[in-house]
Amino acid sequence: MHYKVLKMKRLVILGAGTGGTIMANHLKKELDDKKWGITIVDGRKQHYYQPGFLFIPFDQYKPEDVVKPIQQFIPEGVDFVNISVDKINAAQHQVVLANGNTLLYDILIIATGSEIAPDETEGMQGDEWGKSVFTFYDFEGAIALRDKLKNWQGGKLVVHITEMPIKCPVAPLEFAFLADSFFKDKGMRDKVEITYVTPLSGAFTKPKTTETLNYLLKEKNIHIKTDFAIESVDNDNKQILDYGGKSVPFDLLVTVPTNKGSQVIENSGLGDELNFVPTDKATLQSKVHPDIFVLGDATNVPTSKAGSVVHFEAEILTENILTYIKGQKLEEEFDGHANCFIETGGGKALLIDFNYDHEPVTGTFPIAGIGPLRLLKESRFNHYGKLAFKWVYWNMLLKARPIPFVKARMSIAGKDYN
Amino acid sequence: MDKIISGKNISLTDEGFLKDFAQWDKDIADALAAENQIVLTPRHWEVLTYIQNEFKNDVPLSIRKIGKSGIVDIKEFYQLFPVAPLKTATKIAGVPKPVSCI
Repeated sequence: MHYKVLKMKRLVILGAGTGGTIMANHLKKELDDKKWGITIVDGRKQHYYQPGFLFIPFDQYKPEDVVKPIQQFIPEGVDFVNISVDKINAAQHQVVLANGNTLLYDILIIATGSEIAPDETEGMQGDEWGKSVFTFYDFEGAIALRDKLKNWQGGKLVVHITEMPIKCPVAPLEFAFLADSFFKDKGMRDKVEITYVTPLSGAFTKPKTTETLNYLLKEKNIHIKTDFAIESVDNDNKQILDYGGKSVPFDLLVTVPTNKGSQVIENSGLGDELNFVPTDKATLQSKVHPDIFVLGDATNVPTSKAGSVVHFEAEILTENILTYIKGQKLEEEFDGHANCFIETGGGKALLIDFNYDHEPVTGTFPIAGIGPLRLLKESRFNHYGKLAFKWVYWNMLLKARPIPFVKARMSIAGKDYN
Repeated sequence: MDKIISGKNISLTDEGFLKDFAQWDKDIADALAAENQIVLTPRHWEVLTYIQNEFKNDVPLSIRKIGKSGIVDIKEFYQLFPVAPLKTATKIAGVPKPVSCI
């Protein structure tokens, strides 16, 4: 009798956020555990439901609604290494941990996400940071802003995007809409002037959304400043300054700082100027090394940095990793699909569905001609969809359980492209 | 909408961006620059070439990214394309305007 000694192969996932956690759950089901060991590495203890950050400043979600232990979502049989990563040595197929230990891999999945980098903008973290300059793009920032809004007496509220790309590109606009409702409900809307400042050419940049949604800004009396590329925050005079010499004064600045990929990517020399990893937009294989795959906010692929995107990517990537293991050509192609609820205030929301090739349009979702959800149209039903999604996220999405009717590849049925 | 630019019939968006990069050539760039009161110098061309390469690689553009490109810093980018530089430079380069998801 022959005994064949099989050396276990190792798949390592960096990051136990949305993408990494979903991949761990998919691959645990798909890979033969006699041949493959799966390790997931993340130095943090907590998993945040990041879409919930938007609601914390308005006290619609409590901080405890959006945070659970990371460990709770890691499937049994997957090793969770609760240590930060220092860097990846791609040539040696090796991950170096913060404590100096190393992990060898046969396949590496980078899911290290993106984070805010307020220090990229001069003066952003100056004397006014935490006094009149805030961000809701991290947990602590969202809570600090909630405390500020509780007693704020009104004035000039400036909602601002530093530069693209950012995580969840619609969130700052949703913030402006929710702020309008919030101050109306408090009976002080007349004391607040809301201005939305963007580096792009409009709050809406796609033809259909511009046509369909521009009324929202007028209806909510939100002023807009476009093509504004911030150079610095002037703390003394409480204004933001643009490279072209423009300025916008504020009493309360709610900014989305520059978003960057993880420091790990920079340490590893694997990223672009903003630490995003060059990635094939269809297969999600990295362009830096064939045994490295990337998903979610960590990639440079031209779709939104959003949870729905990483959820769809995870299905495609799982198939591609199984194909890669068999030594076959990667055939599954990600189409850039994203599907997002957009809060418009007053208990209503919109729904958008789009991909690399198709902009968001009106129509019905998820069942063509029936819905029940309406695309690019405000409704209460969409708002309940957004609130229900928190449950879906914790109970289905992270655990890679199929969500009925919602497919990784976008369907063009039921949509009005003409 | 269609427009005759340097003798060629070119398809443009409502905001004046080329719909099809394949229709772009250097004469069209000169003509679009002139409409924006810009005379293209070799420095402009270095920036335009960088923008086109990033576009071909599907990399989203931002002013900061151009500032970090090693081609120009942001101050010079503004000197070269004084009004809404990213919008103007992408238009002249024949690539789509930078957009968000909506």
